[in-house]
Amino acid sequence: MSEAEGARGVVLSHADMADGLVGAVRRIAGGAADGLIALSNEGKSPQQLREELDALFGDTPTLVFVDLQAGSCGMAALSCCRESDRRRVVCGVNLPMLLDFVFNRTLPLAELAERAVETGRNAIATSPSPAAASPVDGKPAS
Amino acid sequence: MSIVLLRVDERLIHGQVVIGWGNQLRPERYVIADDELADSEWEQDLFRLGAGSAEVVFVTPDVARDRLSEWDQDTLRTILLTRDIPAMARLGAHAALSGRSVNLGGIHHGPGRDEVLTYLHLSDQDRNDLRALADSGAAISARDLPDAHKVSLATLLGS
Repeated sequence: MSEAEGARGVVLSHADMADGLVGAVRRIAGGAADGLIALSNEGKSPQQLREELDALFGDTPTLVFVDLQAGSCGMAALSCCRESDRRRVVCGVNLPMLLDFVFNRTLPLAELAERAVETGRNAIATSPSPAAASPVDGKPAS
Repeated sequence: MSIVLLRVDERLIHGQVVIGWGNQLRPERYVIADDELADSEWEQDLFRLGAGSAEVVFVTPDVARDRLSEWDQDTLRTILLTRDIPAMARLGAHAALSGRSVNLGGIHHGPGRDEVLTYLHLSDQDRNDLRALADSGAAISARDLPDAHKVSLATLLGS
């Protein structure tokens, strides 16, 4: 991947979640999903996971999306990215932030990271909204 | 007794411990007994990120042994973790873990280790250390999550 193509995303998760998310991005966005790599922690020691992650980096600016900060994925990502301005970590990955990322990969890495957090947060909602629900029984107000 | 879990887990503070065990045991403190981490501030910061509002203490296994009774008498519910069996064996020297339960939670494949359970791989040294811990009075079993089947040491060692 060349610098002109922009940043790369690594989705790092427990079990099959990363594969599932990258597969979902491909289903929705097609070839834009080529900017993402899926990596699972399944059956890997902390050291193995860090080595696999390090091997993926190269010189390309990389955003690492992890499922859970308080987990082996988060620990590995934060450890591998701590001394490089070409690597950033976003915790709490979801599909909307990945979709936004693959279409904006040429933006600066720091901006991509901020954008991912904002997009991911904004995509989380409840329906009906609390304001539309009755304070008594939680049902929508008529 | 405020030490609510003694566990060997290569990943130390991570999802299974914080969420799987944490939701049941409600720990207020994690003690990491590990030579390397006791001397690495940046790694300590990483692990603190994963522990939420719980206190995290980093000590060597030898210091942990000396402080067991202090944590027992304290009111904070404490999970004590080592990353491997030799560290737990050091902590348990001089029968310090006699009468306590030790949970084997996760050791991955590595040089000299073979698979005993999907989440547990043991070397000959590990087996010797476990026998010594058991002989000194510790009750050892394997279980990755609280609702999983508990596997006895006898089964793990094939005896």
